[in-house]
Amino acid sequence: MPTVIEIDRLTKEYEAGFLRKRKTRALDTLSLKVEKGQIFGFLGANGAGKTTTLKLLMRLIYPTSGTARILGRDIGDISMHARIGYLPENPYFYDYLTAREFLSYCGQLFGQKHSTRASRTEALLTRVSLEKKSWDLQLRKFSKGMLQRVGLAQALINDPEIVFLDEPMSGLDPVGRREVRDLIASLRAEGKTVFMCSHILSDIEVLCDSVAILKSGRLAHAGSLDELRSRETRLVEIIATDAPADALKQQLEVRATVTTTASGVRIEVSDEQEVDAVIAALRRVNGKLISIQPVRQSLEELFLD
Amino acid sequence: MSRPLADSVATPQLDKAKLPIGGFARQRVAAIARNAFREAVRDRVLYNLVVFALLLIAGAIFLGELSGGQEAKILVDLGLSAILLFGVLIAIFVGVGLVYKELERRTLYAILSKPIGRGEFLLGKYLGLSLTLLVNVVVMGLGLSAAVVYVKRGWDPLVIHIWPAILLIYVELTILTAVAMLFSSFSSPALSALLSFFVFVIGHFNSDLKMLSQTSARTATSWIFAGLYYVLPNLMNYNAISGAAHGISPTPISLFTAVAYGAIYVSVLLAGATLIFRRKNLK
Repeated sequence: MPTVIEIDRLTKEYEAGFLRKRKTRALDTLSLKVEKGQIFGFLGANGAGKTTTLKLLMRLIYPTSGTARILGRDIGDISMHARIGYLPENPYFYDYLTAREFLSYCGQLFGQKHSTRASRTEALLTRVSLEKKSWDLQLRKFSKGMLQRVGLAQALINDPEIVFLDEPMSGLDPVGRREVRDLIASLRAEGKTVFMCSHILSDIEVLCDSVAILKSGRLAHAGSLDELRSRETRLVEIIATDAPADALKQQLEVRATVTTTASGVRIEVSDEQEVDAVIAALRRVNGKLISIQPVRQSLEELFLD
Repeated sequence: MSRPLADSVATPQLDKAKLPIGGFARQRVAAIARNAFREAVRDRVLYNLVVFALLLIAGAIFLGELSGGQEAKILVDLGLSAILLFGVLIAIFVGVGLVYKELERRTLYAILSKPIGRGEFLLGKYLGLSLTLLVNVVVMGLGLSAAVVYVKRGWDPLVIHIWPAILLIYVELTILTAVAMLFSSFSSPALSALLSFFVFVIGHFNSDLKMLSQTSARTATSWIFAGLYYVLPNLMNYNAISGAAHGISPTPISLFTAVAYGAIYVSVLLAGATLIFRRKNLK
């Protein structure tokens, strides 16, 4: 698959302070490649640099160093922006416009004809499940979830080849989240590439083909979801009662983490082979085995470690 | 809400090859201008027309009794001054917020991510406010003309002399809007409004600056006054209010010169504002 987004050592520093200027690095030499037709998950905690990256790609802010190319063109190339769509984080739109007027205005900015704008506006408002009675209401009367839907619709007004979504599920109720998830999946089915920022792992795990994890402005992990999962270590958790933790630790002949819980002890070993040794130690201290279960390290732990 | 989201939507008729050039750029600027005009209307900026109408009605009723036959002259003087005052307030206070409000409310993010140059955006916003001001002065001018006809109990040549003065007021307002926009591209709205107001006031005393630069004993002071004289707009060129009240219109050549000077001055200011805005990192 051809590469459609290429980020090369992109760095953004901000100056803070008035007299004594200090430099804060919001993004540190980020390099990434995204292939066509993928849903790419860009993960990171709040303040990790996800929104900064998107704002750099949308040329809302300028990089301190590094370059980025989208669809083979430099991000400073205005005509390239006709082929992409962008949903900002917590979208704010003109509150004096109605949803229909706002989408029509966005269509005008892409040079669409009046008839095209009208039909496309209606189709998109339907597609993002905005109730028809809200179409002609001013956006100042919209809830956060409704604004998010309008935001998604405006990001698709030009039938973009790549859609950049900054926290697309934010402000939505569970039904809305599922609907937006379906919408994003349908974009992939249409052959579009989706670059999606999120700090909600379940959405990324369900939707994305590839993932990059950003920590404090630096790329911590990148790869396909399967590759990242293959790095997962497999822990085994053993729960027992009537086994004093200190006595058990003395009897254990393998490396294990023993934690006292309200109902007994929790023993964690990193290899299935070591389970037998733990059971033998439990027998020696007359402990009672309650359960043995593998614990898969999730994307969440990769995200947090 | 139960409608499936995955319905496909027809591809818009978009000629991607033609996107960034010529007519399309004009179309984008026009779209931004129309939206800026719509914003002003919906933010009730044109409500000042109601205040102006009340002022005219009060003037027309009371002046006849107080001014001993000079009521039409005083009405024109008062009316044109009010058009200028209302226009200046709109040009400065709406002008400094044109871009700042969009930055503050982050409405700019979704717009500037689209294929729009920052210069196109500024020009569109500027033209939108200029259109608002045009509607404002034309409606006020019509109201003033009607008030003159009313107090004179019929047609009066003063009605003709009002309009060149209104044209000059309008050009002055477009210069002030560009001044406000330039200041707001690098400073806060409050400071921009203050600076724009200074430019308005000093611009009306521009010839005094020249005189001060010639009579000043110290070279440095002389240079400062001369610098201000050349940099600040000469707004005295646009003051035809008392002439209009006395039935005197500016010559076509002075009208043309004033309009051309305004157009050049506005172009330079907008180019400066664009240069600054292009380099700006949005928050």
